[in-house]
Amino acid sequence: MAGIPHDHYEPKTGGEKWLHSRLPIVGLLYDTIMIPTPKNLNWMWIWGIVLTFCLVLQIATGVVLVMHYTPHVDLAFASIEHIMRNVNGGHFIRYLHMNGASLFFVAVYAHIFRGLYYGSYKAPREVTWIIGMLIYLCMMGTAFMGYVLPWGQMSFWGATVITGLFGAIPFIGEPIQTWLLGGPAVDNATLNRFFSLHYLLPMVIAALVALHIWAFHTTGNNNPTGVEVRRGSKAEAEKDTVPFWPYYVIKDLLALAVILAVFFAIVGFMPNYLGHPDNYIEANPLATPAHIVPEWYFLPFYAILRAFTSDVWLVQLASFVTGGIIDAKFFGVLAMFGAIIVMALAPWLDTSSVRSGRYRPMFKWWFWLLVIDFFALMWLGAMPAEEPYASFSLIASAYWFAYFLVILPLLGVIEKPLPQPDTIEADFDAHYPPKDEAKGAGAATPAE
Amino acid sequence: MSHAEDHEGTRRDFLYYAAAGAGVVTTGAAVWPMVNQMNPSADVRALSTIRVDVSGVAPGTQLTVKWLGKPVFIRHRTEDEIAEAQQQEEAFAAGQNVVDTNARNANLADSSAPATDANRTLPSPEGQPAQAWLVQMGVCTHLGCVPLGNAGEFGGWFCPCHGSHYDLAGRIRKGPAPENLPVPPAEWVDDSTILLG
Repeated sequence: MAGIPHDHYEPKTGGEKWLHSRLPIVGLLYDTIMIPTPKNLNWMWIWGIVLTFCLVLQIATGVVLVMHYTPHVDLAFASIEHIMRNVNGGHFIRYLHMNGASLFFVAVYAHIFRGLYYGSYKAPREVTWIIGMLIYLCMMGTAFMGYVLPWGQMSFWGATVITGLFGAIPFIGEPIQTWLLGGPAVDNATLNRFFSLHYLLPMVIAALVALHIWAFHTTGNNNPTGVEVRRGSKAEAEKDTVPFWPYYVIKDLLALAVILAVFFAIVGFMPNYLGHPDNYIEANPLATPAHIVPEWYFLPFYAILRAFTSDVWLVQLASFVTGGIIDAKFFGVLAMFGAIIVMALAPWLDTSSVRSGRYRPMFKWWFWLLVIDFFALMWLGAMPAEEPYASFSLIASAYWFAYFLVILPLLGVIEKPLPQPDTIEADFDAHYPPKDEAKGAGAATPAE
Repeated sequence: MSHAEDHEGTRRDFLYYAAAGAGVVTTGAAVWPMVNQMNPSADVRALSTIRVDVSGVAPGTQLTVKWLGKPVFIRHRTEDEIAEAQQQEEAFAAGQNVVDTNARNANLADSSAPATDANRTLPSPEGQPAQAWLVQMGVCTHLGCVPLGNAGEFGGWFCPCHGSHYDLAGRIRKGPAPENLPVPPAEWVDDSTILLG
């Protein structure tokens, strides 16, 4: 499967040969797990395993929670309390599921920013990047709909505000909103379909994850140098790589254990820290909570949504040019989705031929500014929509777009990159000079 | 195979197009019910008109009813409130805190009618003072929150979410909301019953 030369599975016993000639599934698993992986991967390459764990955790706890949950406006809230109070260990399973979503997003943001820094999105890994963005979109949809299911006040009003975004689409917005909700407002029909889709989308994510892995197993992993694994021969490739099993499995499991220690501390001791108390009040269509705030992982994009108010000149220009079709509300919706689209287009917007930010002296600063910008937007999204936060949101949103649309294309032209190592092996040996030559068998390094 | 003198080719092309066309139509026929099932069901549509008994709504109080899943404010004004609403209308006409000049009243034939107090209120039943009844959606035109009654700088409604102030006729006077609170289709069935929708 992979483009990097390596040993393939050879069935040995009669039984293995019998199966292999009928369904080569063991070979597929073997080649997947033994994939040659660059030997210089740092700790930022652990998030893939954390994400895989999160998907399994969410599906497993979710399947169990469904056994006790009732998707009906009169019963949903009570069934959640039933899970919390009556079901054996139910409160813990629900807290795992709630906080599992947060861990999922912590990991996906780390994973995305890892990719942005080391240029993992660049050729030939554009398809991996695009599939990753699709997974991220599905995650957001799943998390949003899952948050509606407990039918608390934040569930209801969050659903009202977010589905209201579709109502901002010119001409066809209101029929689309009615169609999405199954009625004029968020009600039982909405709850039922969100429940159905909340169960469906994780399966879509699982399928996309398989494609994601397939894609980067075809191109090979990126690595902190951004230099490709040598593929001239198996012996050459082995100087740059180690097999995924056991080396990276063990390393990733160690990282996962550390992360899970923190995760379980949160689940055990402060399970509601990331939630909103309002969601323990049953949904009431006749009373709005004082502050409607999305979950923390949506805040950066919520801030972008709110940033473009009708007094911004760009919004006024868009409204003038389109004859009022694009108003402030619709502009905000376009900006929010646009913020993710420009990120998905990074492979084509970044003009630099150097992959890794490590060898890009100017890029580094802009990148870290983007990270700060992301956290600033997250903070601003939780603040009330008034000054000075509104102006800050606008500046922070502008930088998000400027980074992808202006800085990435320009840097490739004006930046003078630092020299890159010739091979992954050279970079590895520079960090970990080979001490005793006698140890390594085939992979011993002759002096270069 | 030569295409130049292949008469069967045109028949084959026809079969291709016919098969593809049939495939598209069949797919569409199969997909549309899957899409349409998500539209409002019959029981939801049946609730699109309701009758509200307002005999118990004394002057100075407000009844909030749920119609189409959203709150509707039915406000019975006192004589003082009617007088104050007149003053607010004068200030509005003079251009003070004007955001939206449209009446937003679904009962008016003219969709661009100005937002006067008379155009915002429900014509009163016989024997009651004019402009005593105000029926409007209780949904903030900003982001859909429910405004609080008897609150805000204009004594009408105040949205706690992002600080929109509505006056006694439900006109937006201050804050981020772009439009006046819409007036739904409403009429008197008898002296104490309003038909919504």
